Amino acid sequence: MNILYDERLDGPLPNRDPAEVQADLARHLPDMTLLHREEDMRPFECDGLSVYRALPMLVALPDTLDQVRTLLARCHALGVPVVTRGAGTGLSAGSLPLEQGVLLVLSRFARILEIDPEARIARVQPGVRNLAISEAAAPYGLYYAPDPSSQIACSIGGNVAENAGGVHCLKYGLTVHNVIQAQVLTIEGETLTLGSDALDAPGFDLMALFTGSEGMLGVVTEITVKLLPKPETAKVLMASFDDVEKAGLAVGDIIEAGIIPGGLEMMDKLAIQAAEDFVKAGYPVGAEAILLCELDGVEADVDDDCARVRRVLEAAGATEVRQARDEAERARFWAGRKNAFPAVGRMSPDYYCMDGTIPRRALPRVLTGIAELSERYGLRVANVFHAGDGNMHPLILFDANREGELDVAEALGGEILELCVAVGGTITGEHGVGREKINQMCAQFRPDELATFRAAKAAFDPAELLNPGKNIPTPARCSEFKTIKQAADAPATSEQG
Amino acid sequence: MASTAPTDYPGHDASAALGERLRQAAAERTPLRIVGGDTRHFYGRPVEGETLSTAEHHGITFYDPVELVVSVRAGTPLTELEAALAEHGQMLGFEPPRFGEASTVGGMIATGLSGPRRPWAGAVRDFVLGIRLINHEGIEQRFGGQVMKNVAGYDLSRLMVGAQGSLGVIGEVSLKVIPRPLTTQSLRLELPLADARQRLAEWGREPLPISAAAWLDGALHLRLEGGPSSVAATRERIGGDDLDNAWWDALRDLALPFFSADDARPLWRLSLPHRAPDLGLAEIDDTAMLHDWAGAQRWLRAELDSEALREACREAGGHATCYGPRVAGVEPFTPLSAVLMKYHRNLKAELDPHGIFNPGRLYADL
Repeated sequence: MNILYDERLDGPLPNRDPAEVQADLARHLPDMTLLHREEDMRPFECDGLSVYRALPMLVALPDTLDQVRTLLARCHALGVPVVTRGAGTGLSAGSLPLEQGVLLVLSRFARILEIDPEARIARVQPGVRNLAISEAAAPYGLYYAPDPSSQIACSIGGNVAENAGGVHCLKYGLTVHNVIQAQVLTIEGETLTLGSDALDAPGFDLMALFTGSEGMLGVVTEITVKLLPKPETAKVLMASFDDVEKAGLAVGDIIEAGIIPGGLEMMDKLAIQAAEDFVKAGYPVGAEAILLCELDGVEADVDDDCARVRRVLEAAGATEVRQARDEAERARFWAGRKNAFPAVGRMSPDYYCMDGTIPRRALPRVLTGIAELSERYGLRVANVFHAGDGNMHPLILFDANREGELDVAEALGGEILELCVAVGGTITGEHGVGREKINQMCAQFRPDELATFRAAKAAFDPAELLNPGKNIPTPARCSEFKTIKQAADAPATSEQG
Repeated sequence: MASTAPTDYPGHDASAALGERLRQAAAERTPLRIVGGDTRHFYGRPVEGETLSTAEHHGITFYDPVELVVSVRAGTPLTELEAALAEHGQMLGFEPPRFGEASTVGGMIATGLSGPRRPWAGAVRDFVLGIRLINHEGIEQRFGGQVMKNVAGYDLSRLMVGAQGSLGVIGEVSLKVIPRPLTTQSLRLELPLADARQRLAEWGREPLPISAAAWLDGALHLRLEGGPSSVAATRERIGGDDLDNAWWDALRDLALPFFSADDARPLWRLSLPHRAPDLGLAEIDDTAMLHDWAGAQRWLRAELDSEALREACREAGGHATCYGPRVAGVEPFTPLSAVLMKYHRNLKAELDPHGIFNPGRLYADL
């Protein structure tokens, strides 16, 4: 099934004459940058999942809120779809453009409007980079907790759209736990204030509904985030294991001991090797798995917890437990993990990053399943895993220049996600559905549940102009997906018979 | 493995019967007043409709302390759930209030009320992982799940928290649970309100193990929770007198003398940014209020012009809820802007097309 928008399966799209739309927008928005030449729009044809590309009809780069409002109102009046984009680092093709739509790029909204250390909040525009918030808050001893691996580049607006996570989620939560208020423009150009500067707001929790809604309910134009005091200290333990399953069980043992680490990450042999080759983190090459366990808080408690975790890890069969001796070594341990994706990228021309989340108890079963699938499809898979919260990032290594290998990688990825669903997990923990996992939504949800999602969408965007084709599949797409699945499964059955 | 199989807890699955009642109600356009233990009837607008009780749909269906996840049916008494968690040294991080032994999990989710730990640990919605919602066609639908991170589809689970049952019947909920703190120590410090605010502002920028802070009657009440070392060190630094930890339970359940039912004046809950100054209304003496959540939740007993109060709260960046006794002409919840109300109506019309789910509980036309 083709991943690009397919009107037969995803529903008809309005087909406006690009020249007319361009002329209309230029008339109403004479001062706004509007790109229309192919060479100018080429850089916007994909997001972080660059195997999927489409050239938009037009690219709008507004500088002011009024321009965004007018643009939305005009697109609404003309019936032109709008795809919103932040920094374009998303990994699920959530901001993949539409040929019949306008790409609304919010990268020029990059101002930090306010840091209030007393209130412990930051008010920012959507194009502000995730890490820039923590940098601006640092002089006050504060920081913004969610830290996706792309935090140097990704924008906070995109974080809200995807409900981005990071390595510290188990203790400090996802974007939804750390954003308190947002200003939103509807497709009709109305302004909504969601959430509150207080700890709650009257009415429905629309702040939660919009977080992770992939730009399909409205356009976020301003965000207020919670800032946390920096922990007094943070210490990291690295444990090596000669068996992946032992490492998986050790994770549960730590949590059962009543300890919630600031970060608890696991990497398998292939990922360890790749990271070590790339950043020289000091990882034990040859170990089947490592666990990185960061404990943060007040010095005295952290020391107590380090001792407890060390005992738990040793009892769980770790072959070696090392505590980072100083801040530099702690940074190196994390650098290996945070650079795991590019590190794996050096081992292979292309890699495809999955994002399934599973109950931790299913980890041995899922890792075995992934190894079997990897062998069956003939592609290597490296495993990087937010072990504390069950969020897996299997990285499928492939070469897009080899005929058909992308298709094989996609099929393998799809099976990994369906395995996650089968053990009680989900197809996406933090990267979003976007266009990438649109088919697997049919495996995770029943048609009536998908209909409820569409009902929620209809409350805000009945004409379906905001980011059409993402996140929620149509009934037509799901029935085609199921037909193809059945056809694929059928020959296997007859061979066995 | 401490994993708990479904059969370990008593319970009853009444989802099919509930679904049947909903199909009937939808067919006949019969409004329903949804209740669990019916202990929160004072909260929100009165609903006129046939009573639909979820009490028969009860029991813990899944609990794995190692996964930090519990799934529980709506009719389960809150005390039963909390006792099961305590057996494994765990708890609900948001410290939900109970308004009687009969308070249920469904009511906890539908009202979305959190206790003293809220500013530090998070609210009910922050711990919701997934929900089983019985919709207007009587079909039980699953949103979210039992995993810590899940961004597949829209977050309808959290949307149900605090929606007062107006978008569907909550059948079951999966929650993240957390370990009980190793040490708890409560303190009472004699301090004028202004000084208490100043201290809280300073402490708030440090990683201190504070898990509750309330000012009442000339004293700041604090709860420290965490490892024994940090709690002892903070206790030493802050000083004050020991306070019974049970004081927080009474605050949580609105059972302190401040909340006494003998006082006939309406009880107002003001939700404000924690650093918001005095409201500056002539009718209000700020030192007569209970300032919980380090100032972010303030309780007030007063007969006053509700519109003036709400305007003052709005200007301060918050809102005010009237907990009753009900007063003619006073909405329990702060009215929404016209444009927000439009989208609330749209959402209600989409998810409850026959208007059967607690109509009017939140606002007259929802």
